[in-house]
Amino acid sequence: MGKRTIIPIGPYHALQEEPEFFKLYVEGETVVGLDIELGYNHRGIEKLSESKTYEQTVFLVERICGICSTSHPIACVQAVEDAGGVEVPERALYIRSLIGELERVHSHMLWLGLAGHFLGFNTVWMWVWRYREELLNIMELVTGNRNHYAMMKPGGVRRDIKDEDIPTIRKTLDGLHGPLELFRDAVSDDPIIHARLKGVGVLTPEQIVDYGALGPTARASGVDIDVRRDHPHAAYGLVDWNVVTATHGDVFDKAVVRIGEMFESMKIIEQCLAKLKSSPGPVDSNPKEIPPGEGIGHYEAPRGEVFHYIRSDGSNRPARHKVRAPSFMNVLTDREAVLGATVADATIILAAVDPCYCCTERMAARDVATGERVLTSRELIRLSQAKTEQLKKELGAEGPRLNLEAM
Amino acid sequence: MSFAVQALTRSLNVFHLAGSACNNCDIEILDALTPRYDLERFGIVLVGSIRHADVLLLSGVFNKKSAIRLQHLYEQAPKPVVVVAIGACACAGCMFRESYNWYGKISDYIPIDAYVPGCPPKPEAMIAAVAKLIAKLRGS
Ligand code: SF4
Repeated sequence: MGKRTIIPIGPYHALQEEPEFFKLYVEGETVVGLDIELGYNHRGIEKLSESKTYEQTVFLVERICGICSTSHPIACVQAVEDAGGVEVPERALYIRSLIGELERVHSHMLWLGLAGHFLGFNTVWMWVWRYREELLNIMELVTGNRNHYAMMKPGGVRRDIKDEDIPTIRKTLDGLHGPLELFRDAVSDDPIIHARLKGVGVLTPEQIVDYGALGPTARASGVDIDVRRDHPHAAYGLVDWNVVTATHGDVFDKAVVRIGEMFESMKIIEQCLAKLKSSPGPVDSNPKEIPPGEGIGHYEAPRGEVFHYIRSDGSNRPARHKVRAPSFMNVLTDREAVLGATVADATIILAAVDPCYCCTERMAARDVATGERVLTSRELIRLSQAKTEQLKKELGAEGPRLNLEAM
Repeated sequence: MSFAVQALTRSLNVFHLAGSACNNCDIEILDALTPRYDLERFGIVLVGSIRHADVLLLSGVFNKKSAIRLQHLYEQAPKPVVVVAIGACACAGCMFRESYNWYGKISDYIPIDAYVPGCPPKPEAMIAAVAKLIAKLRGS
């Protein structure tokens, strides 16, 4: 066995925009181990959500992640609607899918560009991002902002898509087909891309299932899952499209799947635009009250299934809000994919799952010595009570006290 | 104009540091470098190490873990260094200021030279900020 060296990557480095810390254990050029340390990005969204009303929560979950900034809201409003048994007008469903798919195309283009950048192929980055701007233009036209669209709300969508905007959207999308085909051919023709990506970072279907990986990461290994088809929501049950899969599970196939999905997304967008004409009507059912109960919502984000759970106690805010993002599962597969690779390939392998750390950060406190969880939910409540007590003492206020034992 | 300021404002080497950002400000920063806005034509480039930085771009709120790192990085930056807060998060904490993990206003622990508000600010706003900063540094 050779000498083992550690290459620290991060937390602030040129490789990825988000802070995360990789420890690559290498022997010579070969990666023999990987440690991932997170926690730089934890903002306590689930807790914050309990202090926001249902309408505000949507804005909050939108800011979990800026790239899939419509996936979290869709899953969140679906959870609220599920809890409250709220009906959503059909036109709003089409608009949801439309915005969701536009986002998927822009997210996949973003990944493709960054993948080029990580390979040292900056031309790809610049070209792809140039065309990504066209999508952002559509977003700005429809929603008023390039990112963070604020389109979703419980019961429907916040804004309608105007009939007079549809020709402009169509024209821009038509202009995108050419570039998308160019990228597809560039990836499938370029011998350097083949040499760099084929057989690199392979994940077997068993590993995918073991780790619970999702989205294009799973589909590239031949695991055929997609919540848009498996649990139809928004307008996905009403339009015609296919789930794209591949078989090899390497980085190349992940690129192939994502590019294939862009074409499928364009198909969905076209159909939604056509359906908007034939289904006029309101875009919002304006629910007034969410009765006590529970609800779940999922949505196939560009990186895989996002899942939201909401418990309502009948007030205007969630009593509990739980979020699970796909990168949480996908990032862990890095370890399997990177073992045995060379250091030069590690960058693209670590980027291949399209990791999104701002979605992923969770908190659990453990005692370093014993490995035991030290802050259970009860203890957190106790801590927060202690703080309230202290504040009360400082402010000289009196109030009722929660009985923890009775809960 | 001192030599340091003259050297600083010619071709800005930018180090980008995302705290607990939602990623969007970071993507918009990268966007400003790509062909539509093409900041690189002004000699503005992203660098991989804080030791090469003339400008430190901050995005996102900083939590208890990352704020400490930010202070370390700021100490390591060659001075003078210009610090720009990008986005509502870095400027004021956005929606996360009530979070248990918010470390507090960035300007309480490192000096900030410019604020670019917006969630996320458009690349045009960032370019305007850089232009204003350069003009201010040169005293014109
Ligand atoms: S200011 Fe807005 S876009 Fe920027 S990091 Fe914060 S939430 Fe995201």
